Amino acid sequence: MASKAKEVLLNPLVNDNPITLQVLGICSALAVTTQLNTSFVMCLAVIFVLIGSNASVSLIRRFIPSSIRIIVQMTIIASLVIVVDQFLQAFAFDISKQMSVFVALIITNCIVMGRAEAFAMKNPVGLSVLDGIGNALGYSLILIIVGFFRELFGTGKLFGIEILKTTTDGGWYVANGLMLLPPSAFFIIGLLIWAIRSWKPEQVEQGA
Amino acid sequence: MQDYLSIFLKAVFIENLALAFFLGMCTFLAVSKNVKTALGLGLAVIVVQTITVSVNNLVYTGLLKEGALAWAGLGDVDMTFLGLISYIGVIAAMVQILEMTLDRYFPPLYNALGIFLPLITVNCAILGGSLFMVERDYTFTESVTYGFGSGFGWALALCALAGIREKMAYSDVPHGLRGLGITFIVVGLMALAFMSFGGIKL
Repeated sequence: MASKAKEVLLNPLVNDNPITLQVLGICSALAVTTQLNTSFVMCLAVIFVLIGSNASVSLIRRFIPSSIRIIVQMTIIASLVIVVDQFLQAFAFDISKQMSVFVALIITNCIVMGRAEAFAMKNPVGLSVLDGIGNALGYSLILIIVGFFRELFGTGKLFGIEILKTTTDGGWYVANGLMLLPPSAFFIIGLLIWAIRSWKPEQVEQGA
Repeated sequence: MQDYLSIFLKAVFIENLALAFFLGMCTFLAVSKNVKTALGLGLAVIVVQTITVSVNNLVYTGLLKEGALAWAGLGDVDMTFLGLISYIGVIAAMVQILEMTLDRYFPPLYNALGIFLPLITVNCAILGGSLFMVERDYTFTESVTYGFGSGFGWALALCALAGIREKMAYSDVPHGLRGLGITFIVVGLMALAFMSFGGIKL
């Protein structure tokens, strides 16, 4: 049992990462990663929502008729996201402005829905919570890595603190504007997948 | 009429949901392996997007907006904080109704769409479309146009990607990059191409 729990918690970090292997939750990973600040807040929000939704769906999984299960799951997730959204607007208004519709889009972040459907509907509460934590952390890991590269090379800063002095401020680093545009996120994730799959060749899709 | 045309063109090219806002990426990457399925999903998205954006527009203006409940004597009640849950409720309900209707009256189409239909509920492009509609304060007819246009743009991008991926079978991709990795890079390049529409003002 203990080993099962550990597997559920740690597998999604690299071996079964939601973004690079399960292809879930890409949209937000691309949109909020121009700065570490926003990526970090996004991660916290997703961790909260994913744990909450996995726990609640798992709690009532025996009472949900399968024909309306999607609506039930959506309602649970949407309520959690509204809580996060209102909380951010109250305590971190600037960041919530920067993230605009993407906080709301956690609802349709396929990670949340995907895990609720694939894991929480079939497993007890404890394991589902662990699965939620694991997947949320795997997601956060990618988000932070992408955010790190985009902010560092796009503006020469990390968390808004100057690391590489840019030429506009009289320094030596020429900021790479491409990094702030969305296509760069695709390239970074693409290369990241390449790196992970060179390390773990069994993840390469067969026949693709 | 010109207004509607410009909303439509803007939604298809300049503000393409998939390539400019990166919405609906999960399905976008997962279902673009061949053109035929991509076409089926694209059609389903166009239909669902058109219906949900217009219905959500009615919900927003008729129930949630500040002052919308004036007829019930609740003139200054602002229900917009319930927006998210209502939109997603409408979307989920619409998808389920569509699924049942197709199953009953158009079985071939239902079988062709298969698993994609329920998945549309969690397609961020659909919810994103409704949220943008609210943010930009479209009227009812405008939101019908916007819904159709944005759905069409998404479907267009999906089919284009599927076409490229089909041709990719003939290219020699480095081992670790095969499959998902190269798809990301291709989509990045496509996004760069679509960014060239960015400067166009209608």
